[in-house]
Amino acid sequence: MSEYKPLKFHVPEPTGRPGDEPDFSGVIIPEAGSVRRPSIDTHAADMKELASTMVRVLNKDGEAVGPWAEGLDDDILVQGLKNMIRVRAYDERMMTLQRQGKTSFYMKCTGEEAIAVGFRAAMQKGDMNFPTYRQQGLLLSTDYPVVDMICQILSNSRDPLKGRQLPIMYSSKEHGFFSISGNLGTQFIQAVGWAMASAIKGDTKIAAGWIGDGSTAETDFHAALVNASVYKPPVVLNIVNNQWAISSFRGIAGGDHATFAERALGYDFPALRVDGNDFLAVYAASKWAVERARRGFGPTLIEWVTYRVAPHSTSDDPSQYRPKEESSAWPLGDPILRLKNHLIKRDLWSEERQTQTEAQYNDEIRAATKEAESYGVMGSGASPKDMFDDVYEEMPPHLREQRQKLGV
Amino acid sequence: MPQMSMIEAIRDAMDVKMGQDDDVVVYGEDVGYFGGVFRCTHGLQKKYGKHRVFDSPINESGIVGTAIGMGAYGLRPCIEIQFADYIYPAYDQIVSEAARLRYRSNKDFIAPLTIRTPCGGGIFGGQTHSQSPESLFTHVAGIKTVIPSNPYDAKGLLIAAIEDNDPVIFFEPKRLYNGPFDGHHDRPASNWSKHPLGDVPEGHYTVPIGKASVFSEGSDVTILTYGTMVYVAEAAKKETGIDAEIIDLRSLMPLDVDTIVESVSKTGRCMVLHEATQTSGFGAELAAQVQERCFYNLESPVVRVCGWDTPYPHAQEWDYFPGPGRVGKELKAMMEAE
Repeated sequence: MSEYKPLKFHVPEPTGRPGDEPDFSGVIIPEAGSVRRPSIDTHAADMKELASTMVRVLNKDGEAVGPWAEGLDDDILVQGLKNMIRVRAYDERMMTLQRQGKTSFYMKCTGEEAIAVGFRAAMQKGDMNFPTYRQQGLLLSTDYPVVDMICQILSNSRDPLKGRQLPIMYSSKEHGFFSISGNLGTQFIQAVGWAMASAIKGDTKIAAGWIGDGSTAETDFHAALVNASVYKPPVVLNIVNNQWAISSFRGIAGGDHATFAERALGYDFPALRVDGNDFLAVYAASKWAVERARRGFGPTLIEWVTYRVAPHSTSDDPSQYRPKEESSAWPLGDPILRLKNHLIKRDLWSEERQTQTEAQYNDEIRAATKEAESYGVMGSGASPKDMFDDVYEEMPPHLREQRQKLGV
Repeated sequence: MPQMSMIEAIRDAMDVKMGQDDDVVVYGEDVGYFGGVFRCTHGLQKKYGKHRVFDSPINESGIVGTAIGMGAYGLRPCIEIQFADYIYPAYDQIVSEAARLRYRSNKDFIAPLTIRTPCGGGIFGGQTHSQSPESLFTHVAGIKTVIPSNPYDAKGLLIAAIEDNDPVIFFEPKRLYNGPFDGHHDRPASNWSKHPLGDVPEGHYTVPIGKASVFSEGSDVTILTYGTMVYVAEAAKKETGIDAEIIDLRSLMPLDVDTIVESVSKTGRCMVLHEATQTSGFGAELAAQVQERCFYNLESPVVRVCGWDTPYPHAQEWDYFPGPGRVGKELKAMMEAE
């Protein structure tokens, strides 16, 4: 008889499924201000614990504490709050558009607004993001015309992408926003390549890659980390760990016990693990990593710990796979509320201004939506002729022939 | 005029472009210090520096993925995938990203990359050093696929590819690197220096992407082929005495349909010849094009002579390879067909 017992196959399970009480007891949350802030030239080996803990600035009372709280510009905090309110107003309005049947698809970033908005505040003009579909805050923090964003979602006659892309897959080189692919993980390595080019040319621009916790399982995640490790280009690699990849919890990406940030350590570059719902921590960590990259000290991996309050997309129903109350039980709270409370405490903001700002952005987005709808909804106004252009720089004969067959 | 092997011609093309354009960078596995396993980049690192010619990790999706990022920045990467058999890990980056970037971003971003990769068999490379995966790329909208058959075309096409603002897959038939090969593996190999197509002009010139060349004129039958098979077709033509017109397609996408139609309309017969496996191979597209455009000129069915639909074998290489014997036999059968 064999001395070995039959092997068992392991499939990780989240702490809660529909009908269960939410359980975040496994999420270890250090006290705000308890994590040190190394200098930007620190070697990965000398700051390993920052990949395992969590950088937090705002404490329970809404005060900014600890070394990461230093040197944060008040104007940027106030502007950050406004931008987050704008993102949320935009998300709600676009969701309504989808429900009205005016677009086929939308994806909200509710609860994750601080990450894109805070990171964008640390970048400079000329830097380049390689975003996923949940970083609308990067674009909404700039002066990119919101009407054009909505026209893209409506695939109408003013759609800057001529109806060729799924709604929300924006592109704006001028605003440092690389064309979104929708193929997960692919853009992470492209960000590394862009940063390599900046270093090859002796430029001072930096790139930022974006990926979700689920997509860290893609081979391109490894491609990005190994190339970042080898060439040490000026890139910040952002993992938005919002706990859920459609219906698969982070454990299905191998992130149940080890942190995602710790993966950088094997590649010999530093990682930060950050409270992604704490705007001050987001902005401070972003500044640190962006400055490190721009000063030539190489890449940083950042794991933003957050929670996907929204469904994956308008085609998804989270009540089928996670506890109903899980998002309200998320222990890191709501990023807008937390920053608002902090700014009110410091007399930089007020409930009145909050209400006014919400109304202001609701009005802005409503007006922009109305204008965008005048160019058509749900693909109307997109020309079939545009389908054949730009496959190549010059249209080859076979495409010209096919276009003629379609009669456009 | 300088005499060059295809390796030297390819190296010269990169040299010319790197000398003209600081935005051209060259990298891939073993490409930097060593100069590539086939020596195509030999000496370029020394001449242009490590920041423009360098070794990459063994990470094909990373090689192509970083090149897409560099292209978005404004560089013009000319990258090497060591063997076409190794290109599959990069397939997603090529198909879903490089090929579609211009289209999906409405020209906001482009991917002006050249992906060089040695293809084809005849070197006892077994299944991982012998494949011809061109049809996996011609099937994808947004990329161009070229394959030269001689040093002159190799240099001119590679310069054209590097200058092209769309992604180009540049297949290099490795059996032709050092000389033309007629498929008779048991006979002594010849050298490009003894072949007129080994004459390669100095400096800058281009061979346009999308234009076929008539390798050898004839009136009995048209052979549509490319890469190594051009010389196999020529050998079969000589050995059978059948007056075949051999079209070297050079560029598979875009395809020079006009040259094909002109030739088949003249000869009334068409053979499609490639080393890649037959089913769903590029020959299927060629046969369909000929059927659609030349049906009433055809005197016999279009015939495909291709690699068998097996993995590329090692010891059975010359049974797999569509050599001049097989081509000649099919040519004779075509001419006998009523």
